[in-house]
Amino acid sequence: MKEKIIKGRAWILTDEQGHLIEDIDTDQIYHNAHLHITDIAQMGQYALGNLKGYEYFPSKATQGDILIAGRNFGAGSSRQQAVDCFLSLKIGAIIAPSFSPIYWRNAINSGLAVLRCSQLTDLVSKRGLETGDILEVKVQSGEVLNITKNIDFSVEPMSPVQLAIYLAGNLFAYGREKPGSGQK
Amino acid sequence: MAKTIIEKIIQQHTQDEVKPGRIVWLELDLRTARDFGGPNVVKNYEREYADEPVADAGRTFFTFDLCTTGCLLRYADNQQICRLFARKHGLKVYDVDWGIGTHVLIEEGLAKANTTCVGTDSHMNLLGAVGCFGQGMGDVDITFAFRTGRTWFEVPETVKIKLIGEPDPSASAKDLTLFLARNLGTKVLAERSAEFYGPAVESLSLAGRITLCSMITEMAGIIGFISKASLRARQEMERFSCEPWLPLEADSEAPYCQEIEINVAGLKSQVALPPSPTNVYDLKEVAGRPINSGFIGSCTNGRLEDLEAATRILKGRRIREGVILKVVPATRRVYEECLQKGIIEIFLQSGAIVMNPGCGGCAEGHAGLTGRGEVQVSTGNRNFPGKQGKGEIILASPEVVAASCLTGYLTSPEAL
Repeated sequence: MKEKIIKGRAWILTDEQGHLIEDIDTDQIYHNAHLHITDIAQMGQYALGNLKGYEYFPSKATQGDILIAGRNFGAGSSRQQAVDCFLSLKIGAIIAPSFSPIYWRNAINSGLAVLRCSQLTDLVSKRGLETGDILEVKVQSGEVLNITKNIDFSVEPMSPVQLAIYLAGNLFAYGREKPGSGQK
Repeated sequence: MAKTIIEKIIQQHTQDEVKPGRIVWLELDLRTARDFGGPNVVKNYEREYADEPVADAGRTFFTFDLCTTGCLLRYADNQQICRLFARKHGLKVYDVDWGIGTHVLIEEGLAKANTTCVGTDSHMNLLGAVGCFGQGMGDVDITFAFRTGRTWFEVPETVKIKLIGEPDPSASAKDLTLFLARNLGTKVLAERSAEFYGPAVESLSLAGRITLCSMITEMAGIIGFISKASLRARQEMERFSCEPWLPLEADSEAPYCQEIEINVAGLKSQVALPPSPTNVYDLKEVAGRPINSGFIGSCTNGRLEDLEAATRILKGRRIREGVILKVVPATRRVYEECLQKGIIEIFLQSGAIVMNPGCGGCAEGHAGLTGRGEVQVSTGNRNFPGKQGKGEIILASPEVVAASCLTGYLTSPEAL
């Protein structure tokens, strides 16, 4: 299978001390005040709208951007909108040391690449990865090249089922490709 | 091969090999959606499946619990979208007059031991309290589950947690839960299932079990189980399910990824200060902080027993002038029981207001928000920035919320 490559500009979500923000919850990603919206095109404008210091994110984000966050990204509620708002902005991928279990599923089911990386904290603190760097992510193998700094690192490859759903585009497309998936 | 509780429940619902880290296709006994997430499920369904039938209309439900007054047009519109879809597909709607979906599923005997259930509610895993593998999911997952009755799931590892010692008699299930959040944080249980053992958890009532299991989400876990129950909890569960409560138990050689002992001897009131539910302190360390309002309810503390505990503090007393206390019973059944026991009367006489059942203040719910600068002491489960308006939320037990509303500052019930 041809390697799927995501190339984009990194956004490092850090606090005032420059540390990766951990436990970013879905109310910070997509606030509950906008949960009535069902049109994905309308959701991008609220992405990270409640995360201190990133309120301007939707106006600055461009297609293919790659978000870098601290551990347990997407904690809290089960809202799909916290994924959809990034699809709306055509964000390429999110990389974090870990994701909340529900967020992890929601993203894969909607075809948003979420990739775990245990080296992130180190990379960011040593300035091996900064906002604006151009990254190239090979989804299947998990190899990542920071083109700007010429540093490579790796992310955990997705498991086969997750990868299949992601490559199909979303869970619905996967279900059509494999009717009766998992049927007893 | 020896298995943990979650592995056994999953094994009963899949043909795939069950091993931590493996992805299996899981048969779902119940699939639900709420007034938040539900309209998105309908939209996805109509786009992807048009007129195809749902997998099993008798086991697919809507539960409206977030905006149970339909106070804004956008929410009323969304509820109506779900109702029309339900009518078309022959699904039952537990409408705005029922209360919190997860609690209704238990009371109606739908969520039972050893079953599987999904819904658009991140606290679906509180069903672990009755031994049901409940799991919150987003609208894509739920749409797929409506249509197929299945979902994919990565079998989690299990942590075994043994609680040693006896908490102080003044400590409630919420204090125990916050203390566990304090000890476990969001790392130990991350992406894992938990099993709790020891008299401190095994003696809990159903309400107490729900309190603990509801906050596994705040500890980043998948679900928590307590396979032993007090006689009282067992009777409460059997009253709802109308069958003997026989939960699957872990094998003695079950493979745990971690075994932990936590000493809860002498445990007293705990509170979680902003900005997160794991930012927990002994109440006595922070007592005296001014508060402006209180909230008693939510899927964590909205049962009869929780409300009753608060009225034991409030009875014969008045809430401090200027402090607002909002009370929201979890379900219609709880509301009725409160009415019969005179609990609502005590709330009203103390100066509190009692609202119709539902989720309360969470997710811009019908109990309203907090304003900028407002400090609210709440029995809810989340105090992340902006979760309930622009104010600050302090999480506590019903007793501590009641005592604090009497004085206007964080107060231990024992200090009254």
